[in-house]
Amino acid sequence: MSECPSYTKKDFVSDQEVRWCPGCGDYAIMSSIQNVMPLLGKKREDVCFVSGIGCSSRFPYYMETYGMHTIHGRALAIATGVKAQNPNLSVWVATGDGDALAIGGNHFIHAVRRNIDLNIIIFNNQIYGLTKGQYSPTSKKGAVTKTSPQGSVDHPFNPASVSLGSDATFFARGIDTDPKHMQEILLAAYNHKGVSVVEILQNCVIFNDKGSDRFTNKATRDDTTMKLEHGKPMIFGKNKDKGIVMDGIRPSVVTIGENGVKESDLIVHDAFSTDDVLAFMLSRFNTEAGFPLPLGVFYDSKKTTYDQDLQELVDSAIKKSGKGKMQDLLNSGDTWDIK
Amino acid sequence: MKELDSVVIRFSGDSGDGMQLTGNRFSDASALMGNDVATFPDYPSEIRAPQGTVAGVSGFQVNIGSKEISTPGDEPDVLVAMNAAALKANLRWVRKGGTLIVNIDVFDDASIKKAGYSKNPLESGELDDYKVLKVPVSSQTIAALEGLDLTTKIKERCKNFYALGLTFFIFGRDSESTERWINEKFEKKNPVLAKANIAAMKAGMHYAESTGVQISTYNIKSATIKSGKYRHVSGNVSTAWGLMQAAESAGLPLFLGSYPITPATEILQELARFKNHGVKTCQMEDEIAGICSAIGAAYTGALACTTTSGPGLALKGEAMGLAVMLELPLVIVNVQRGGPSTGLPTKTEQSDLFQALYGRNGESPLVVVAATRPNDCFHMAYEASRLALEYMTPVVLLTDGYIGNGAEPWLIPNVEKEYPALKHTQKNLKKSANGKFLPYERDPKTLARPWAIPGTPGFEHRVGGLEKQDKTGSVSHDPENHQVMSDIRNEKIARVADSIPLQTLEGDSKGDLLVVSWGGTYGATHMAVEEARRQGKKVSLCHLKYIHPMPKNIGDILKGFKKVLVPELNLGQMKDLLNMKFQCNAIGYNQIKGLPFKISDLLDVINKELETL
Repeated sequence: MSECPSYTKKDFVSDQEVRWCPGCGDYAIMSSIQNVMPLLGKKREDVCFVSGIGCSSRFPYYMETYGMHTIHGRALAIATGVKAQNPNLSVWVATGDGDALAIGGNHFIHAVRRNIDLNIIIFNNQIYGLTKGQYSPTSKKGAVTKTSPQGSVDHPFNPASVSLGSDATFFARGIDTDPKHMQEILLAAYNHKGVSVVEILQNCVIFNDKGSDRFTNKATRDDTTMKLEHGKPMIFGKNKDKGIVMDGIRPSVVTIGENGVKESDLIVHDAFSTDDVLAFMLSRFNTEAGFPLPLGVFYDSKKTTYDQDLQELVDSAIKKSGKGKMQDLLNSGDTWDIK
Repeated sequence: MKELDSVVIRFSGDSGDGMQLTGNRFSDASALMGNDVATFPDYPSEIRAPQGTVAGVSGFQVNIGSKEISTPGDEPDVLVAMNAAALKANLRWVRKGGTLIVNIDVFDDASIKKAGYSKNPLESGELDDYKVLKVPVSSQTIAALEGLDLTTKIKERCKNFYALGLTFFIFGRDSESTERWINEKFEKKNPVLAKANIAAMKAGMHYAESTGVQISTYNIKSATIKSGKYRHVSGNVSTAWGLMQAAESAGLPLFLGSYPITPATEILQELARFKNHGVKTCQMEDEIAGICSAIGAAYTGALACTTTSGPGLALKGEAMGLAVMLELPLVIVNVQRGGPSTGLPTKTEQSDLFQALYGRNGESPLVVVAATRPNDCFHMAYEASRLALEYMTPVVLLTDGYIGNGAEPWLIPNVEKEYPALKHTQKNLKKSANGKFLPYERDPKTLARPWAIPGTPGFEHRVGGLEKQDKTGSVSHDPENHQVMSDIRNEKIARVADSIPLQTLEGDSKGDLLVVSWGGTYGATHMAVEEARRQGKKVSLCHLKYIHPMPKNIGDILKGFKKVLVPELNLGQMKDLLNMKFQCNAIGYNQIKGLPFKISDLLDVINKELETL
């Protein structure tokens, strides 16, 4: 195999004019992904981006790799075919909250449970942008949109819980306003063998501007979010004085120094845990009840992958009985001669 | 001993009675003795409907002959009925004067009532037109297996082999191949059961021999068919192997994305066996994912296919449109069944023709072909793949439950000669003068676009469902471009006509009546037209396999006849299509009962239409 050339970001920028609204969070995500690409050690021709429909799904056109912009909700099923056919490819899926979790919900849970080695980036802006402002499966209950003028009566999905509930072997969350952190988790997602779900909270400037404002603006973000780091205590807050402890079987938010709480009392994050109990608990943090929104890699575990297992079935069958020939097959079993 | 040209036997019983197996063994034994054979299983959509009821009856019909056989036969000459319900469900098909072999152990009052009879049919006189052979099949089977270490219940379940033994003797079949088969199948797993099945079969043969006075025995001479090596094949297996053959001939891996659906599931099951042929099968989460994974694999360079039946094809519609837009090779197999909605899952129909042609949004042309009989599925699956690869297009292959489940002998082809290498556009990729790759630049003859697959350096490109700019494949909303691209996609499919054989006729090119049929009705229309011609009628048969586009000479063929008759298992879709394309005033003969045509019915219609010329 020839060596991978050394690339720069520019090598991954296609000649297509980018058509997202000015100020859209998608620009930051694209820039982060294009920054990460040269770090993969993967040849450009071995990278394929697949998307469905929605603003985020324009993504493949802008990447100078192989790519498919497909139909609404089906990106994961199509990407499954790409990866299953050629496990050597690095396959990335750019999808949105509607594409992945509404019309594509069935494909999402099944791709995740199969643990096929795809990198799924969910651009979660909690709104339908391309159809101009209807509520999505991640819109908050009560969200006032064009199709919910009195406020949505739908309870939303939590992408982290849906992923982990479908046995995801990797889940991470990032924010479009923090590209450096985004690049870290994208790289971790690539390095994870098996399905990787990355949720990016993405701002839709037109239809849901500042939807995630309290997690992104400088004044509040340190107190409303918590960066997860493997092996480090769960600590957050402007003054790094808040943290998470276990109170019986439930997590609880505490302030270091108050009521005798020490940093050593805090839960230590274990992204590589042998089970997803801690990750699932993190996914259930209720930000309305004072919990911080966890950011970073929740969970990164090992399991055999669909694409490799399928390839192994083919390889071992050929190794065992040789590459099958049709003429031999047709002549096998019960045959008879007519003279 | 009576000499017969052909005989039709129907085995029937509860769906758990093993009638499919009995029928298969009987037809295999017959084929090995040199008869031509055609079979058709007829089973309920409920796996195990209530025992002893008409709803739960499962049947298997075999036609064996000393000359060419092309259908499983109109009317059974012999009916084997394993219980009262089986008799009730099947009697109306049996030829008057035919033989009924009934298991009298299951004609007690309760069973008779459950079957929906008010009186015992064996005593009421309603079987007076038939020869009835009453055999205590259940009790004789149990008695024959005395001493074997099996429960009475298990012993009773060997009764299908007892019934098989009966018919083996009556029709002079050799039981040796079945004995070998039983041993191969059961000896390792359950040697006692292997012994029991063989003992039951032999007991059935002995019973028939010792009560021989009551039965005629029949002899069907070996058929005079083309010499060579033969094997049995069902339509669905034949389809699976045809796809594998195409992949081998193209030097490409085969990928199947599918979802189980009656009556197409067997193709997925069959392909799942052949990992050593490089076949990857993905049983996806639904029909849509089935075709979508295949589209992904097609982009990645496989010969990709998906298999389904009518309702599944409906779900795949949007993705088929994507394949049209992406211009990727893809084979979509539709084993048609009775519709609409869930319809008649286990019954046959030809009512998805319009769905295959038009069931998508926008102007969305693709190729549609159809197979004629079980062993033709191999050839047409290869053909569908050939056209998909040569023209970079999705192709729909229509088969149906009748030919998919039916089986017949097959003269094994010499694949090197008959199924040569297939062309595709992955090789010899070129770039334009400015060094850019143009994914929608076309072959001037076929209009196929190049197939650059991921992993090929320097040919990175994007495809998608949005309208493509001519040549570059970039997204384009330009009005003129949409016209150009729509025309090109249409023209490309029209040019497929350059690559398919001209239509052949059975019979003269001029005459009174032209019968035009298509797909899985070939056996019946062929036999009916042949018989009419024997009677001196000026009738010819034009049986279509290439439906869109059609062979170039169809228009000329239609002009040679005073009348055009289109028999179809739908309400007239091909008839409408012909009238639309050729204004030929075709008339339809339409049957939509979930059943195949009877040769005798077709012959009646042909004669009636000739009388009213």
